[in-house]
Amino acid sequence: MSRTHVTCTINGDPAEFLCDSDQTLLDALRDVVGLMGVKEGCATGDCGACSAILDGRLTCSCLVFAPEAEAATIETVEGMAGPDGLHPLQDAFLEGAALQCGICTPGFLVAGKALLDRNPDPDEEEVRYAIAGNLCRCTGYDKIVRSILDAAAQMREAAPAS
Amino acid sequence: MTGTGKGVPAGVALCSETRVPATLRAVLRGFDSAFVLLSGRGATSFGCAMRYAAPTSIEEAVSVLAGDVHAQVYAGATDFIPQLRMGRPEPGVAVDLKRIDRLTGLRREGDSWVIGAATPSARLGEEEDLVAELPGLVEAAALIGSDQIQSRASLGGNLCNASPAADSVPAMVVNNGRAVIAGPAGMRTIPVASVVTGPGSTSLAADEFLVEFVFDRPPPRTADAYLRFIPRTEMDIAVVGAGARLTLDEAGRCREVSVALGAVAPTVVMVPAAAGILVGHPLTDEALKRVAAEASAVCNPIDDKRGTKAYRRQVAGVLAVRALRLAADRAARTGS
Repeated sequence: MSRTHVTCTINGDPAEFLCDSDQTLLDALRDVVGLMGVKEGCATGDCGACSAILDGRLTCSCLVFAPEAEAATIETVEGMAGPDGLHPLQDAFLEGAALQCGICTPGFLVAGKALLDRNPDPDEEEVRYAIAGNLCRCTGYDKIVRSILDAAAQMREAAPAS
Repeated sequence: MTGTGKGVPAGVALCSETRVPATLRAVLRGFDSAFVLLSGRGATSFGCAMRYAAPTSIEEAVSVLAGDVHAQVYAGATDFIPQLRMGRPEPGVAVDLKRIDRLTGLRREGDSWVIGAATPSARLGEEEDLVAELPGLVEAAALIGSDQIQSRASLGGNLCNASPAADSVPAMVVNNGRAVIAGPAGMRTIPVASVVTGPGSTSLAADEFLVEFVFDRPPPRTADAYLRFIPRTEMDIAVVGAGARLTLDEAGRCREVSVALGAVAPTVVMVPAAAGILVGHPLTDEALKRVAAEASAVCNPIDDKRGTKAYRRQVAGVLAVRALRLAADRAARTGS
């Protein structure tokens, strides 16, 4: 069977890949593009380990067929750190010990980024709703919530007052 | 977002007998994919020659469906992909409807709201005027899954997946929603309440699909509400869902009342007696007690891990009353 050629933008860079039409975006990102930051947890949209931002919206890449990425803009955890170092969320997760085994961490970081992109000043309840689609079996979530709130505060401080 | 009238989703009926069994196909394709299927986890693909089509117009989608009896339309795929993982046979061609502008839009058109069948749920909550006019519909759609799911899940997919517990359906029904359906004979419009015929089955033909939903904009002193009961705060399936919509007169008495319940019968059920009890009267405790009894009476629930029949009946009455109170509070606030 012929494979589908997909042209898209991944983490700001133009990208092309070949995929099967019934392959998920998760599998294409990992197995074809080589981005291992998206993880397969449940593969049914419950755990959020495969979270990616697709055309500005947080999605489970396991629930997207790879050919749907044609002309799309995709953001994964690999694109979060900038030339000057880690993203404030990544720093806050390290500082706040918001991870233990780490497999859920890229998903939480991407979900946290999706939240702060649209709401730079969330309260704790908003953070908890924003990560309701991400499961962590180690931390008990509290340190993750605090770290996202810390990162938000740091980013507001760093941003010029508008 | 399509189905047959024969009690099974279209793709299932069309694939199961006429095609090579999935495990045999996997073996033919080599050990790796056989392992993938036998272990129930698709490492790369689901092991079948499914094609992908992304029509950009309704006409094109109709012709794709007409040209392949093994075609299956989908919207957000938040139910479709997990069903494939669970062993649902792959369709010959998966037809992604999200590239058709009319299916992913949201607009106010005169006295109506028109919502594309594949519009992501998150989009509804971003439309401030829609939230103000149909808050119950928006809150029902917003209860479907996490933010990740909200980015993809749609009213059309929620309806045509035909789960008895679908959250958006009671809210669409109390708002007298109409479903616009495209097929080889053109477009037709039917009430949302006529789409689902039972768990997993719809009245749509295999070559038809949903285009959009139409809702009347509410007249003065009118509001809707949707409440869902689940044992936790998020990310679960309804034990009971209750949608309500009412119009008050200037004295605060009910002029029109509509109540619909989800997850308590094979399809959404209305509580027609609510109008008889409430129209012409204010929402008194006594009247609402009678509405609760009627709501419990129309249920035909099942026992499952989320709740027993008796529990669902009782919660249905409680939730119907709470939804009515919430809708009435909102209607009173909308003023004249």
